[in-house]
Amino acid sequence: MEEFAALIRELDSTNKTTVKVAALTRYFQRVPNKDKVWAIAILSHRRPPRPVNTTLLRTFAAELANIPLWLFEESYHIVGDLAETIALVIPPAEESSEKSLTQYLQEIIDLKAATESDKKAYLHENWAALNYYERFVFTKLITGSFRIGVSQKLMTRALSKATEIDEDVLAYKLMGDWDPQKITFQKLILEENEEDFLSKPYPFYLAYAIEGAPEDLGVPADWSAEHKWDGIRSQVVIRNREIFVWSRGEELVTDKYPEFSAFLEVIPDGTVIDGEILPFPEGNIGTFNDLQTRIGRKTVSKALLKKTPVILKAYDLLEWEGKDIRDLPFLERRQILEKLYSTVQTEALPFHLSETISFKKWEEATTERERAREVKSEGLMLKRWDSPYLVGRKKGDWWKWKVAPLTVDAVLTYAMRGHGRRSNLFTDYTFALWQDDELVTFAKAYSGLTDAEFRQVDAWIKKNTLERFGPVRSVTPQLVFEIAFEGIAESSRHKSGVATRFPRILRWRQDKKIEEANTIEELKQLIPK
Amino acid sequence: MPLKNQKKPLLCFDKKGIYCEPAGVYLDPWKPVDKAIITHGHADHSRWGHKQYITHHTNVPIIKHRLGEIEVSGKEYGETFVINNVKFSLFPAGHIIGSSQVRVEHKGEVWVFSGDYKTEDDGLAVPYEPVKCDAFITECTFGLPAFKWLPQEQVMNDINTWWQQNQSEGKTSVLFGYSLGKAQRLLKFLDPSIGKIFTHGAIENMTDVVRPFADLPETIRITRETKKEEIKGRMVLAPPSAHGSTWIRKMVPFETGMASGWMAFRGARRRRAVDRGFVLSDHCDWQGLLASIKATGCERVICTHGYSEIFSRFLNEQGYDARTAETQYEGELAEMNSKSEENDEN
Repeated sequence: MEEFAALIRELDSTNKTTVKVAALTRYFQRVPNKDKVWAIAILSHRRPPRPVNTTLLRTFAAELANIPLWLFEESYHIVGDLAETIALVIPPAEESSEKSLTQYLQEIIDLKAATESDKKAYLHENWAALNYYERFVFTKLITGSFRIGVSQKLMTRALSKATEIDEDVLAYKLMGDWDPQKITFQKLILEENEEDFLSKPYPFYLAYAIEGAPEDLGVPADWSAEHKWDGIRSQVVIRNREIFVWSRGEELVTDKYPEFSAFLEVIPDGTVIDGEILPFPEGNIGTFNDLQTRIGRKTVSKALLKKTPVILKAYDLLEWEGKDIRDLPFLERRQILEKLYSTVQTEALPFHLSETISFKKWEEATTERERAREVKSEGLMLKRWDSPYLVGRKKGDWWKWKVAPLTVDAVLTYAMRGHGRRSNLFTDYTFALWQDDELVTFAKAYSGLTDAEFRQVDAWIKKNTLERFGPVRSVTPQLVFEIAFEGIAESSRHKSGVATRFPRILRWRQDKKIEEANTIEELKQLIPK
Repeated sequence: MPLKNQKKPLLCFDKKGIYCEPAGVYLDPWKPVDKAIITHGHADHSRWGHKQYITHHTNVPIIKHRLGEIEVSGKEYGETFVINNVKFSLFPAGHIIGSSQVRVEHKGEVWVFSGDYKTEDDGLAVPYEPVKCDAFITECTFGLPAFKWLPQEQVMNDINTWWQQNQSEGKTSVLFGYSLGKAQRLLKFLDPSIGKIFTHGAIENMTDVVRPFADLPETIRITRETKKEEIKGRMVLAPPSAHGSTWIRKMVPFETGMASGWMAFRGARRRRAVDRGFVLSDHCDWQGLLASIKATGCERVICTHGYSEIFSRFLNEQGYDARTAETQYEGELAEMNSKSEENDEN
């Protein structure tokens, strides 16, 4: 554990990628194989289920620190991170623990079934025996992700350096649904294993937003354009008469979308399709808000299936006839996909093709992009016809070309302290628009200002607080911000009657008074008809 | 509040500062007044524009350096001076060199205003001394149980080790700390056997003022003429406002460190984007505050800057008659935020 805590501390105390990779590589070269598997699992968000809920954690910690619970809660609001708060308020132990990372995780897994008093005894004993930083890491293993700026890609790079196995091969091995408790390092990383491949998706290829004008990309003939759909990016894997649906977060979501089992009847084994899961109520593409009703559910009722069915909008083919065809040019992969589509397509099958937009001049593509909201897309995707299907987010061959966001001017009404690097600053804001003479909440946003602006707004909030509700403060309605968002739909779940997608702060309108903010009515007019 | 006798408190908080009406004197006022007793030299406590300043004699050259030619009289710790029948005396606060608490006695009632203070002996400021009183006005910059300082020796060992490590990698160590107080405290315990210590002009100027009262290692001011090669691998002490400025480019390649109580929070360190945070404060930690208040034997506590509401609620639960008061003191926040804004412009 000492070594894992030291690793996290090193990762947490630098912003430099090279230093992070070096620290991880040294860790992977040094620790026993079982600890490596757990470290990989944790850094790729495969933690064991939480054995103790946070209410109990807070109660137990306050007791051990010998402070009233309200004081613990206040400290937590200010520190902004539960594990860090626990690590800070309990007096530090002098020695460090000798238990291994694997041993701790085994204990944490076993703790789930323990009685409340056993849980308390276990936590008190271990908190008291760990020094400050180890206690923080130990508690993080229980509560949540580390947020230390280590992407899967960065970890894979370090693992590749330590094992001398190719990065792309490792990315593939690490995908999917493996259990760190059962799998060995040998099996996960070192061995080639046939049956693992049955359900495995390929690492997703992700695009960056286009930087300049599309004209800078060169001649239109080299580029394919299609709409950028606003659903759930996913891969559908059909092998050995089974279907597996993977979301971009590498989550297996097959059971959530039973519609797709119909693919088994017509699509042959050895096929992997890359596409977007989209809601399709009443035979038309719906909004992301429609899809929200499906995302959270593990099992789907018949009524919901009927009300909000989904389709797969396919745009790429990664495996065909059992062969990995990612190295083929996009043009050839598309040709096979289109042929597959034309042979199996029926009205009932929830399999649609993301149509290629033909254009000879960039202006034609621009015109099509303007139609994005009408067809319920976020803009266009531009892909080079000769591009292979790469791993992760890469520049050059694929670009997102989104439409400009919708914007309104809104009034800041509530503020909450941020988390992580923004703890102790009020950075999470609630915004309202006018409805008659009242300000009605319409969105929350917590990004878009510079650090200096956040400090300025934070200072203003502290001076203009009206009321406090735990971590939340209501403030004098005075500041106006321009809020941008990607999509908008009617919603009965929101007081304003409107749901916005990806709301964020575009800029602080210091030139505007609150009377000049927009109204809910004006917001509603932005809803596509 | 109905339970109190209706007599006006000996010290009250008005728009200009902490006012002692029977004496006609303000303590650390934030608006210009006729007569001001000043606890220490930080900008939020010793402001410009008062007609007459009274402070500890060590603090005299410090505030003169900051405020220019002012009318000021210096006092010894423990020396009683009477203004309109009110007895005043200064006691060491241990915050920075020349810092004081102010004891005020009138008609048998004793009040103490702490100014900023810390309980640990930092080897530089005269150590804090608890003063018996009826009412205690305390700061609570770090008045949360999440703050617990490590002994200075341990922190300074970490800093010297960090310097050595950077040096072995051919990098300069740039260490940020407030130019009055923190910088000299760091300087006193940096190990000159590792290498030469360079300073930013603001720190060098202030250190010159403090040198007659403290035994400090030799420093070299960084000027336009200073060669890049001279600095490489050395220690550079700079005010927090130098972080991210063009001035710092001369130090490339460098590692940055910051010494502040706020560095106890991971989020604060990342927000300041420094490579290393060292938890070192000139204010009390949680236990330090509680122990000091207890040692005064007071019944009444008024909590000023910091986590005052949380802290006073806790004190009330402990049986004190505690309340909060609004002031314009900033504590260590001055070090973290507003100061940097001034300089970011330059």
